[in-house]
Order: sequence, then C-alpha cells, then structure tokens
Amino acid sequence: MTTTAVPVTTRKDWSSDQEVRWCPGCGDYSILAAVQMLLPDLGVRRESTVFLSGIGCAARFPYYMNTYGLHSIHGRAPAIATGLATTRPDLDVWVVTGDGDALSIGGNHLIHALRRNVRITILMFNNQIYGLTKGQYSPTSEVAKVTKSTPFGSVDAPFNPVSLALGAEATFVARTHDMDRAHMQETFRRAHEHDGAAFVEVYQNCNVFNDGAFAEITGKEVRSDMLIPLHHGEPIRFGAESQRGVVQRSDGRLEIVDVAEVGEGALLVHDEQRADPGLAFALSRLANGPHQPTPIGVFRSVERSEYGEEMERQITVAQDRRGVGDLATLFRSGSSWTVD
Amino acid sequence: MSTTEDHPTEQIDQVVVRFAGDSGDGMQLTGDRFTSMSAVLGNDMATFPDFPAEIRAPAGTMAGVSAFQVHISDHDILTPGDAPNVLVAMNPAALRANLGIMPKGSTLIVNADAFDDRSLTKAGYQENPLTDHSLSAFTVYEVPMTSITQEVCKEAGVKPRDAERSKNFFALGLVSWLYTRPIDPTIEWITKRFADHPQVGEANTRALRAGYDFGETAELFESNYEVRPAHFEPGEYVNITGNTALAWGLIAAARQAGLPLFLGSYPITPASDILHELSRRKEFGVRTFQAEDEIAGVGAAIGAAFGGALGVTTTSGPGLDLKSEAIGLAINLELPLLIVDVQRGGPSTGLPTKTEQADLLQAMYGRHGEAPLPIVAAKTPSHCFAAAIEATRLAVKYRTPVILLSDGYLANGAEPWRLPEVADLPVIEPNFATEPNHTEADGSSAYWPYVRDPETLARPWAPPGVPGLEHRIGGLEKADGSGNVSYDGLNHEQMVHLRAAKVAGIARDIPLTALDDPSGAAEMLVIGWGSTYGAILAGVKRMRARRGRDVAHIHLTHLNPFPADLGEILARYDKILVPELNGGQLWRMLRAEFLVDATALSKMQGTPFRPVEIEEAILEMLGGTT
Ligand code: SF4
Repeated sequence: MTTTAVPVTTRKDWSSDQEVRWCPGCGDYSILAAVQMLLPDLGVRRESTVFLSGIGCAARFPYYMNTYGLHSIHGRAPAIATGLATTRPDLDVWVVTGDGDALSIGGNHLIHALRRNVRITILMFNNQIYGLTKGQYSPTSEVAKVTKSTPFGSVDAPFNPVSLALGAEATFVARTHDMDRAHMQETFRRAHEHDGAAFVEVYQNCNVFNDGAFAEITGKEVRSDMLIPLHHGEPIRFGAESQRGVVQRSDGRLEIVDVAEVGEGALLVHDEQRADPGLAFALSRLANGPHQPTPIGVFRSVERSEYGEEMERQITVAQDRRGVGDLATLFRSGSSWTVD
Repeated sequence: MSTTEDHPTEQIDQVVVRFAGDSGDGMQLTGDRFTSMSAVLGNDMATFPDFPAEIRAPAGTMAGVSAFQVHISDHDILTPGDAPNVLVAMNPAALRANLGIMPKGSTLIVNADAFDDRSLTKAGYQENPLTDHSLSAFTVYEVPMTSITQEVCKEAGVKPRDAERSKNFFALGLVSWLYTRPIDPTIEWITKRFADHPQVGEANTRALRAGYDFGETAELFESNYEVRPAHFEPGEYVNITGNTALAWGLIAAARQAGLPLFLGSYPITPASDILHELSRRKEFGVRTFQAEDEIAGVGAAIGAAFGGALGVTTTSGPGLDLKSEAIGLAINLELPLLIVDVQRGGPSTGLPTKTEQADLLQAMYGRHGEAPLPIVAAKTPSHCFAAAIEATRLAVKYRTPVILLSDGYLANGAEPWRLPEVADLPVIEPNFATEPNHTEADGSSAYWPYVRDPETLARPWAPPGVPGLEHRIGGLEKADGSGNVSYDGLNHEQMVHLRAAKVAGIARDIPLTALDDPSGAAEMLVIGWGSTYGAILAGVKRMRARRGRDVAHIHLTHLNPFPADLGEILARYDKILVPELNGGQLWRMLRAEFLVDATALSKMQGTPFRPVEIEEAILEMLGGTT
C-alpha cells in the first residue's frame, strides 16, 4: 500500500469518459452527482475504490465512475462484493443496486451479506418499478399497482426495505432520497465510515415509468411536513416549525403527535446505537408507503465484528499456532511410508 | 507374519475385500483402517466406498446398507477390483444387497448373530439364507460377532448395548488375521482417537483382538493369506482420496502462482470434503466462504478473482446448473476462475452418492450464447492433485474460467500417491498488469482492459489498487481493445471469434496425445477420460496379456480443447471404442469434431466400470474369439 498523501481531487477526477445514458430527468443523475462530489471529501483514492453492480438502470453506475468497476449479473453484486471485500480489505467496495436487483432476484445475497457484516457500502435506488425492462411492478411497488405485467393491479404485498435490512441483522441501515443532495451526501458519508455492511435505501424517481412515486413526501414544498429526519441523540420531530414529533406508547407502539400536546420531554429520543433493533424497526413501520410522514436518515448504526476481519483473524491464529503453511509438511500431515 | 501349525499361511498376489453393514455399523471406518494397515505393509491398493444417500436409513434395511471395497495387491493395480473375493456381511440386508456381485466360489463371512427373524424380514428374506442352502455356491463362515464382542467387553465394564457397537472392530480383527495384517497400528489409532472416551476405546480394542484371536484359534479357517508388498517406485507415499488430493492441488496451485486462495462453495455431495479440507488449512492463508447458495459461491469467487486472488468454486451437477450464468459472466470478464465439478448421477438430485460422468456436455455447452471454456478431467484419485494445478495454470495464463471434472468415485476412492518434490511443481505466473497499455489520440496513456497478448490472446489482469489502471468491465459486450460497452454487431462477432480462438489456442500449450499403442499397429483403439482410466487400462492390458490382442489406449485429461494431434491419431484406427459412465458424451464430441465412426460403451449404474466389462466390449468389437 502506498503511503503518500491522498491526492486532492474534484468531481471531474471521479467521472469516467463514458456518456451517461439514463433517461433525461431520471433521479439517478442526482445520486451520481452526489457521489461524485462527495468522494473528493472522503479522503479516499480512486485506485482503491471499486463500484460493483448487478443489472438494472442503477447498475450502469460503475461505468460512469473513474474508479475500478464491475457491472455483473442480475442480483449477484453483494455475493461478488463479498469475495472482493474479504480478499482485499484495503479496498473501498460500493455496491449500487435497485429494488428489483437487490430485493427480488438478489434478495438472498443481500440478506446474507448484511447478516455477515461484510465491509461493503450498499446503495439501493428504490424507484418501486422495473425501469430497464420497461415498466413492470417491483417488490417495492404498492399493492394494486397497474403496470404492463399487472394490467388489473398487482396483488402482492411490497417489501419495506429498511424493515427487511433490519430483520437481516444489518448493522447500518439508512434512508435518503434523490431530491436532497446534502442529505444524500451526509448519509453516504456515514455509510462509508461504517465498519461492516452498510445499507442505504435511496428513494429515486423514475420519471418514465413511475413518475412522482415519492413526490408526496420528497417535493420541496411538502418535505418538511412529510419527512421525519432522524438525528442520533435528539428527540424525533419534524414539520416546518418542528411542531410534530414521535412518541412511544406504553404498549411499544410509535405514534406521531403534536409536540404542543405532549410536551417536548415526551418525545422519543433517537438512538441509532441501540443493540436491540426493535425501535429502529418500529420507526421503519411508521409510514406505510411514501404517502405518510416517513423517517429518513440513519435508523441503526451498531458495531459488530466485520466478516473479512474475522476471516483474516482465523488465518493469523492458524499461522501463529502452526507456522505459515508449508507444502511438504501438508503432504505428510497424515501417515506416510517410504519405499526404498 | 506368524504361521502356526494349524494355520499355514498361503501366498496370494491380490485380494478384494468388501465390508458391508448397516450405515450405523461403521463400515467406512473399518474399510479405511484395513486400507491403512495394507498401506503400511507396502501393498498397492485401490478403494471404493459405496454408501447410501440417506444419512441413516432405517436400520437393517436394504436402503441403509453401506459398503467399502478395498483391493490390495503385490503388484500395480488400477481399480478396486472386478469382484470381491470376500464379503464381510454384518447383517442379512448387507448380505442380500451385495450377494449379486459376489462370484461363485467366493467367501462370505457373516455375523451369524444378526440373522434373527426380525432382521431377516427387514432385509426381505422369507427364509434364512444361512440354513436354506441358497448359499451353497459360496464358502460361508458364520461367526457370532455380536455375542463374542459383548462377551469380551463385559470384563471392561461396557454394557452389552454399547459393546454391540464395537462389532465392526471384531470383523476388522478377523479379516486382519485372515490377511495377516498387524493390528497394533490400529490399536494405537484407537487409543488416540478415543482418548476422550477410554471405555469406548477399550471396547474397540478388545473387540479387535477378539476378532484376530478368533481367526487364530477357531477351527474355522483352513489357512490365512499373505499379500506381499507391491513394487513401488522409491519414494515417500501417502494414501489419498481424490477430494483431498484436489484440495491440496488447489493449495499448491495458489502457492505456485503466488496468489491467495479463495474458495466460495455451498455444501453438496460428493464435493463437500474439498470445502472441509480447505477450511482446515488456514495456515496457508486459504479463505473459505460457505456461501448462502451455489450462485453466491461462484459469485464470490469471481469477486475474489477481480481482486487478484485465485477464485475457486467447488460443486456437483445441481450446483453447476445454478452457476451457469455466473460462469458466462466470467467468460465475458475474461478473469481466471476455477469451477470444480465432482460429478454424480443425475438428472436433478439423481444419485447423490453414486458416481457418473454425465456432466461433460454440460461443462462443454451448458451456457447461453457462444461461451467456450477449457475443461480438464482428473483420471485417478491422486491425479486430482496435478489436474488442479493444470486447471489453475490454464485459468491464470488465459484469463478464463476452467471447469475441472472429478466424480464421486475419484472423490471418495483412495490410492497410494508418491509425494512430489515441492521444488518440481510447475510455477504459474500471474503477470499482473502494471502500467498503461494504450496511447490515446491526444498522446495521453490509458489502460485498455481488452488489449490481447498476441500469442495467447489473453487480456491483461489488473486488480484494483494500481493508480492509472482504473477500468470498468462487465457482462455487456465490450469493444475489442478498449473494453467499453459496445452493441456493434461486427464487433460482437469479432469478440465471439476471439474468445473461441483463445480457448482453441490452448491446444498449442498442452501435451500431444499420450497414445498407448506398443506395436503401433493395434487392431483397435479404446479412448476414455476421467475416472474410467484404471478400468479401461486394466481391460486393455488383459486383452494384450491374456488374449494376445493388440489394443491401443488413449486417456484424455484435456477435454477442451483436445490435444492438437488427436484427430490425426483417431483417423488411424478403424475401430474405436469410447467407454463412459454416461450415455455417450465424449463419444458424441469425437464424432462431431472428427467425423469418426466410434462406438459408445455406456454404463449408468452409479458404479465404476469393472475391467471385465471393458474386456468383453473390446472382445465383442474385435469379433469374439481369441
Ligand atoms: S427507466 Fe426510469 S430509472 Fe431507468 S433510467 Fe429511465 S427514468 Fe431512470
């Protein structure tokens, strides 16, 4: 590893020469910009940064980054990233995925990467639709969604990605949206700092097949009333005048209240470091789809041993105990005999 | 070995013993110990464990019968034997399940205590075969193994129920006496193995001695036998199974390439022992990842390869199905990757514990699009070591996934292996890219991931970490050279040709056909691949030695590409026989590639060929009489 200072870079240094080919107006552009503008601030090197993806609109992301990159097959990026991150702990491994890629065909890989706590940063662009295959409903589409493959409305219940990640024993779970660069960058920065698997759901507008899916909560005019920012150690409140807040009832239920009615002291204080994920889970259930006040920010950030490090530790212990492996010794580890 | 007056010791040149009992009777262990003792005596040997798919089928039933066959000899042997000379049957089901393969005149040693009405019924016997004269063609020894074992264990304070479990050691002791194997090494082994359960160890030791003494003192056997040491090349030997040899081959290959070894794998019979063995060897820096599924296993191996490791995934047929898409990705990425397929009977779940060679066409063609890759096949258990190194060499040098074919027979079968000198192992050079390889129109330098080596057509391998070599690759078609995404039709056709030519060109980098045709004018040719090596060679040798027929033999290790001169050699023979444990897969490939009128010899019974089957097929093709 090189010990020279990290070179000063700008967005341009992190942008590849490939023409960006998302539909004009797609939310992916603002996410790409947020990432490209954030990286110069993270003190990381281009040659030590890898963007990995599966299939879908979001999965084109690596082609636009002037870093190492791998555009793989549908749903498998977390598995591929696991092999890379565990053998190359010196690298920063980002996984860019979508709701179909991560939660449908790749659901198994996602939950296992999260429970293992592999050091990867997963950005899941959730647009609640299949874009690249031209508009079928996805595992996050609301019930009754009318699409090309569900002309009479979909009948399957959607996933709540934050709930799913929490249920999969994730150590870092956050949510942000494509309309707020500052919030995205702060969330991505936190995810990148996390020592283990970080999962970020990014609400992303697909203006071609599902335009306005999040407009009710992310639009500039409604945002303050519809997004509930989570800040560690602070009472959970929102609204233009911070006039609303979240309380926990005696039966454990979370409820949105007027602060004036309950008093500030009654508000739930957000604790992203709680060992028990129960409260984070309850927060993730506060909104039943992007039509109600919805928490954004870091739901959970806890420490747990990182998978690759544990693998490495077992190797070190074995080498300390038995010495570095020697082939001639290996061959004779059972019983051998000699013929003269 | 001692020869008592009552029991003269006869010299024999070889013997095939088959231990059979219930899954819970410890037959694999018994066979394994007998093998180890024979190794110490310097015999050549080959083993064939044959166990049911169920972990514990109902006790005493045919479905639960587990067997271990071992062939020991004073000369070079190639297979676990045509047919056993001796069957040790621990219960009626074991007798019934194995009697069909026992030749007339062979010996049956049965645990007489187990032939009660209940056990007979469970095994499906109407009459007791020990009393109804149905075994009159065999030499039958009825030995009360359970009761003697219980008797000798009583003094050690072991309860009869627990003592009953030591009866396999009684059988081992008896057979050890019969074939003059020393039992002391096994006693030592028992002491070590059961150090934490001294009472169990004591019971096993007593049972073992009782079995040995029974042979010596009971007036049952006329003589015992000695199999003299075989002639081996001087050197140091171990007895090794295919799965262990393969695991060690991967460790050695990674080391010879200077690459960290990463295994992504999902448990599957009969490949899991490779995962187990590599998991134990962490001092070599081996990373083993037990993935959530077969796809993640290969996916993680691809990720590791992208990062500059030797990425390996191990599996069997059903897993290979699941990995197909990812293997196609690796073909497009042109990254080194090793896929080990330990074949078993299919389709679907098929026969998980039984051997077959029916994945060759899948390895060859089982991916969408034009997706060629090199295929290497191991031919004996110990050859799995060299085959793993060769497969790695090709993967690394040509930046391609390679499928290494083993099978259930090689995986679990064992043979003596002369240890190689570490210094003689081939060196594999990863040749990582270190600097830009392209000059842009404006004079600036760039790294192009798909600029090819003119000789091998391999692309450079540039794991992350090197400034200036940042690049993006993926499953979409790439422009020749720059590696940028390209949907251009002519470029695609060019890339298809380049990928195919790269794999085909490997023919220049592998040995020419090893033709075994002593006279150079054989009447016919037998050609095989993989685990049929021993049986085919034994059949061919018998044709030459016993029947004076001139038969040539080729055994392929490289299935794609074939050796460069193979077509020219095949053209020399009018009669070509292709024995395979499948419906004729190499046979199809040879006919398609070389337009030869070859004949298939198929066997799909979950068991290896016996040399006699090869012999008969050759004879039939040559027109019968000698
Ligand atoms: S289809 Fe939707 S998600 Fe895909 S690029 Fe177009 S707007 Fe973006």
